[in-house]
Amino acid sequence: MAEPSAADAVIETRGLSKRYRGGQLAVDGLDLTVPRGSVFGFLGPNGSGKTTTIRMLLGLIDATDGSAHMLGEPMPQAGKHVLPRVGALIEGPALYGFLSGRDNLNRYDAADPVADPRTRRARVDAALERVGLSAAAGKKAKAYSLGMKQRLGIAAALLQPRELLVLDEPTNGLDPQGMREIRSLVRALAEDGTTVFLSSHLLDEIEQVCSHTAVMNHGRLVTQGTVAEISALGHAGRSRLTVTTPDGSDAVRVLKEHGVTDLTAEESPDGEVVTGELPVHGLPEAESPGPDLAGLNASLVRSGVRVRAFGVTKVSLEDVFVALTGEGFDVAR
Amino acid sequence: MSHADLVGRDGPDGTRTAVPVPASAAQAGRERRRQWPLFRSELLTTFRRWRTLALLGVLAVVPVLVGIAVRIETAGGGSAGGDGGGGPAFISQITNNGLFLVFTSLAATLPFFLPMTVGVIAGDSVAGEANAGTLRYLLVAPAGRTRLLLVKFGSVMVFCLAATLVVAAFALATGALLFPVGEVTLLSGTTVPFSEGLLRALAIALAVAVSLTGLAALGLFISTLTNSGIAAMAATVGLLLMVQIVDTVPQLHAAHPYLFPHYWLSFADLLRDPVYWDELLKNLGLQGLYTAVFGSAAWARFTTRDITA
Repeated sequence: MAEPSAADAVIETRGLSKRYRGGQLAVDGLDLTVPRGSVFGFLGPNGSGKTTTIRMLLGLIDATDGSAHMLGEPMPQAGKHVLPRVGALIEGPALYGFLSGRDNLNRYDAADPVADPRTRRARVDAALERVGLSAAAGKKAKAYSLGMKQRLGIAAALLQPRELLVLDEPTNGLDPQGMREIRSLVRALAEDGTTVFLSSHLLDEIEQVCSHTAVMNHGRLVTQGTVAEISALGHAGRSRLTVTTPDGSDAVRVLKEHGVTDLTAEESPDGEVVTGELPVHGLPEAESPGPDLAGLNASLVRSGVRVRAFGVTKVSLEDVFVALTGEGFDVAR
Repeated sequence: MSHADLVGRDGPDGTRTAVPVPASAAQAGRERRRQWPLFRSELLTTFRRWRTLALLGVLAVVPVLVGIAVRIETAGGGSAGGDGGGGPAFISQITNNGLFLVFTSLAATLPFFLPMTVGVIAGDSVAGEANAGTLRYLLVAPAGRTRLLLVKFGSVMVFCLAATLVVAAFALATGALLFPVGEVTLLSGTTVPFSEGLLRALAIALAVAVSLTGLAALGLFISTLTNSGIAAMAATVGLLLMVQIVDTVPQLHAAHPYLFPHYWLSFADLLRDPVYWDELLKNLGLQGLYTAVFGSAAWARFTTRDITA
């Protein structure tokens, strides 16, 4: 994908800042660019300013400084024209418990001044169908499980064909099956050409679904780019070889001879787990990774090392994330 | 549904999508018609709540209880019609004409009951949505802040009218069942036919509903200040009680003409012939003033406020 320019950016902020009354700087000079057609993962520990950013983009709170454009128009000034083309799930669903699922959608649709009342019934039905809630549409929303509420919230975002979907933690409260359904829904929407701006605390979710990502920390943007670019940030010296063997000391010696560095051996129920950094040409992404790893394994076996398991641990987005923010999500919570 | 059909018939093009176009005159007209779905949705949402129905139910019980009490008193051979010293206005006339139960019930509920229910609905209108989180979804729909506020005020006004009519209707039904109805003797001594009495009762119900607009605007303003529906309701009702008390303290008479409930009971002047307009108009002006001041304040607050709930 080409580098995003201002023209095909769906979300573009320049120096966007928010200082709450009381002086707390929640968002500090944010320059965010979300390219059209991307599935954009918005990462950051809780309290890093993600939700404040989303609320500023949607015109719910005023920025104290900087500017934000959505779909090429300034927000919040052009909200009347922009927001009908944007579906949003913000900090979890909010429903009228005394109304049925269907009537909740009817109400949200009625609030949209460009929504055509004549097509409402069909659009509500389609949205319910899309999130798998057709059977429970007549039930009062207060009787819904968290996962069903989450689905209904997503259905509300899908009442119209949207150019942009802003989904804040869309798989929150869903069971693994529900998570998979939502992820495939996000993929399907992206294939239809909808740009999806997804905030999540599940890093593997971002890795699975997103094409682009940005990481926030303490109100600042730490980095943004394609998921591959961000993952690559951690690559140099971060892909580690892992060998499980009962002959730990021999393995360390052989591996050292083959240029593997930073070797450690740890006792485990399966024997010793030896890990080390591969020499640069041994990276799986390098020109000819196959022979190197296979050769390495053959050398181990030739030297009488009994190998129980052999593999390269790829650096995960989580590793990069921890390196970038200096903390894991659990710590930040 | 019928309204949606109406809109549907008006709209010339069948398959317009949600792509915004620069506002032409036709577009503006269409958008104006599209205000109605939200208003209708607001009314449905308000009147489908258990709480709203319970409030209306309580209001419906008041005239029935008053009617039964008066009936029991007079059935015992007492002289309920005699002195008329205690109780709300008009109570002594009920035994002669059931229509007076309407006036009695409105006079009995107007000081506290009726405005308390309005305080609950108005106080909860914006703050309740904020509390439930639904406000943020309405605003990104995008309902538009001014539009949403107008719709909220409109629906509170409809509730004022509905609450007043519930009291009046149940009073009329109870009065007609338990007491004779017929020609109405007005406060000025003139006798008018029952039909005109009914018309005057309707006019009084409208006057009472209008009397509540100032409080509705005040409640709406308080509702924009907080994210807690309960707090807004309590503050609105508390303020009502305070103002009602201040209105009874003679030493504070200088402030009385500016208190929104001060001319509330002026509706009785509609039972004179000719109608004595002075206080009725003063009441109208005062309600208009409160609506303008607190409506503007609510607008100023709501359109600039950060929605963090």
